Amino acid sequence: MDTLDVSRWQFGITTVYHFIFVPLTIGLAPLIAAMQTAWVITGNSSWYRLTRFFGKLFLINFAIGVATGIVQEFQFGMNWSEYSRFVGDIFGAPLAFEGLIAFFFESTFIGLWIFGWTRLPRLIHLACIWVVAFAVNASAYFIIAANSFMQHPVGARFNPETGRAELIDFGALLTNNTAIWAFLHAVAGSFLTAGTFVAAVCAWLLVRSHKRAHEAEEAKSMYRPATIAGSLVALAASAALFYTGDIQGKLMFEQQPMKMASAESLCHTETDPDFSILTVGTQNNCDSITQLIDVPYVLPFLAKGEFSGVTLAGVKDLQQQYEQRFGPGDYRPNLFVTYWAFRAMIGLLLVPVAFALATLWLTRRGRIPNHRWFGWFALITIPTPFLANSAGWVFTEMGRQPWVVVPNPTGDQLVRMTVQEGVSDHAPGMVLFSLAVFTLLYGVLAVIWFWLIRRYIVEGPQEHDSEPVPAKSPDEDDVAPLSFAY
Amino acid sequence: MGLQELWFFIIAGLFCGFLILEGFDFGVGMLMGPFGKVGAGDPEQRRRAALNTIGPVWDANEVWLITAGAAMFAAFPNWYATVFSALYLPLLAILFAMILRIVGIEWRGKINDPRWRTWADVGIAIGSWVPAILWGVAFAVLVRGLPIDADGRVHLSIGDVLNGYTVLGGLATASLFAFYGAVFVALKTAGPVRDDAFRFARMLSLPAIALAGGFGLWTQLAHGKSWTWLALGVAVVALLAAVALIWARRNEGWAFVSMMVVVAAVVVLLFGALYPNLLPSTLNPDWSVTIYNGSSTPYTLRIMSWASLTVLPLVLAYQGWTYWVFRRRITADAIPASVGLSRRRS
Repeated sequence: MDTLDVSRWQFGITTVYHFIFVPLTIGLAPLIAAMQTAWVITGNSSWYRLTRFFGKLFLINFAIGVATGIVQEFQFGMNWSEYSRFVGDIFGAPLAFEGLIAFFFESTFIGLWIFGWTRLPRLIHLACIWVVAFAVNASAYFIIAANSFMQHPVGARFNPETGRAELIDFGALLTNNTAIWAFLHAVAGSFLTAGTFVAAVCAWLLVRSHKRAHEAEEAKSMYRPATIAGSLVALAASAALFYTGDIQGKLMFEQQPMKMASAESLCHTETDPDFSILTVGTQNNCDSITQLIDVPYVLPFLAKGEFSGVTLAGVKDLQQQYEQRFGPGDYRPNLFVTYWAFRAMIGLLLVPVAFALATLWLTRRGRIPNHRWFGWFALITIPTPFLANSAGWVFTEMGRQPWVVVPNPTGDQLVRMTVQEGVSDHAPGMVLFSLAVFTLLYGVLAVIWFWLIRRYIVEGPQEHDSEPVPAKSPDEDDVAPLSFAY
Repeated sequence: MGLQELWFFIIAGLFCGFLILEGFDFGVGMLMGPFGKVGAGDPEQRRRAALNTIGPVWDANEVWLITAGAAMFAAFPNWYATVFSALYLPLLAILFAMILRIVGIEWRGKINDPRWRTWADVGIAIGSWVPAILWGVAFAVLVRGLPIDADGRVHLSIGDVLNGYTVLGGLATASLFAFYGAVFVALKTAGPVRDDAFRFARMLSLPAIALAGGFGLWTQLAHGKSWTWLALGVAVVALLAAVALIWARRNEGWAFVSMMVVVAAVVVLLFGALYPNLLPSTLNPDWSVTIYNGSSTPYTLRIMSWASLTVLPLVLAYQGWTYWVFRRRITADAIPASVGLSRRRS
């Protein structure tokens, strides 16, 4: 393996890993804020207990998301220093904005929320979790604005004197249509993840409550409303995913035709090609692909919103075009990965949709479902949105190869860079070492994370003696008991 | 002042914020184990008392580093790219350690089990000691410079990262932060833990004076400018003031303020010694990365200036408010019982 391969593996592993946890954070923070709001408004202690229960799960998850996030920022300089030099004038600013506008708010107010239950007046404490909820979503926006510059560079030009890309329009960078739709898509994916998580965890507790006489009240007042609310969030998020994903697909056919052609195994330019559901290829190239199941009309609609009369460029023709424009080289992404990651993303989305519909049916008119299969269905559903998120990003980023900055068909053609040009000139052994370190550490942490989350879910919402009462006079004495401590 | 000078100043300010705030966080993490080993009462409650002095704030303190790193990237991409790729292994160690610290702190109380807590404490100790040492090494490397050739490539050998000066830098920050952490615990606790904190601070004061003083003097003599004598002077006076207050066992609040001044003055000394370089070349001064050849365009710097100069005061305000909300001292007795689950279901 050469340095490029090892560096790509490291960035891929650390990024996919980071983004296992992040969607749950982004989606669950607003849901917890909503639960706490319901408690503050109605005074119903069920919502308080749900807030505490999902709050603990949130914090277990939040820790690992934060911990693996710092790695991401450092890696651009550590492993992709040529890339960082080339685009730093543009790419650094959204990262700095993310720190200034999102991370500072998020981590300050999460501390206030965790420790402030009795220290802060009730409404101010509620405001803290809402600040966290907005901040985590703002961070998604800035990082996706940065990522979208790699997919579709706008607002920049190449400066031949300095040999680097330079920012000319910050507004264009932030309103990049790729960024806006990718952001909405990623946030919808996060709400799907969190909504499914809440719904499935509570559905499992609901089924289990039949074996526990003392939990009958909880089932009615906590698990059932939460599982219904989670299912509704998941369904709304799924609709948003289809809508935003459709727009992203149409943009991608214009902006990154190679990515979409390889996602569709479309080797030759065709008019009204069929949408492929199953292909078999012996090798990762266009010469050995056998189309097994095709559906007409779908692909033209995905690309242009029309059912016929659409001509789409194939991988082989695009390759020829790129060679003419950018010189000799292989401009094809890994066909197998892009094709299957795209299908995995969409296919996995169907599981939480089916689960949410099943939930709404089984809980209709006050019913408390006790089917064993439903409990299992809930557990099996939990990982599917996580996997769909990963598959979506694998598709987006692998489909961009071999570029790290894909040339914008309508922009400055010199604002472009391949991964080969962007990588740091390290000895492969050193990067292999860091790859091993990260993989081992991340592996161990994943096991602990899973075990902790599972342990807390199985325990279920614990009894809380009483709801918190904010301290009356903060200066009554020097020392005060904490309501919460690490 | 031009934009490049302004951004040198802002990044120095962000690192100042990071080291002032995380300095005592690292110190508390370094001393958490020792707090469990001395004094009267339940060792676990004493460790928790120490940890919870930074409980509500350490996560936000760390964001100063993330913002400083991103600001380096945005304002001086060439500096960011050169430093981060050259110091690959030290940064890997820092990242590894900080990950352990974050999950150690957050997950420690989740399971109520002695063995679980011991592992979390190992993570917190590694995660506090390693960065406390390596940030000193890293800043010493920056000030001393790296062998950058005419093409901007760094030809690194082990001696560029580990030598007398950089090792002293690491020991200096470690000793300074340990002392600073003890002062912070003295300020934030009451009862036996506070007594222990004073004792630790007294013990740590002499190494801090010797190591940090030695490093400051070496920096000044080898790399300083005439005006940075002032920064060194302020650092030394403030450190001696903090130590005197601690030995007199009174007014740890002012001792803490003095330590904030010490850390700020050390950052001023280091960045002052660098200026206008960002990373000097040890091969030829003409090949150094400077604020002029390493910066982003004026357009980017202007946007970043507007954003940071409007947002940072707000950040300082609400972070300050957090310290006000959690201003009261804590004691080992007043720490609530662990709400963590048992390892297995009962």
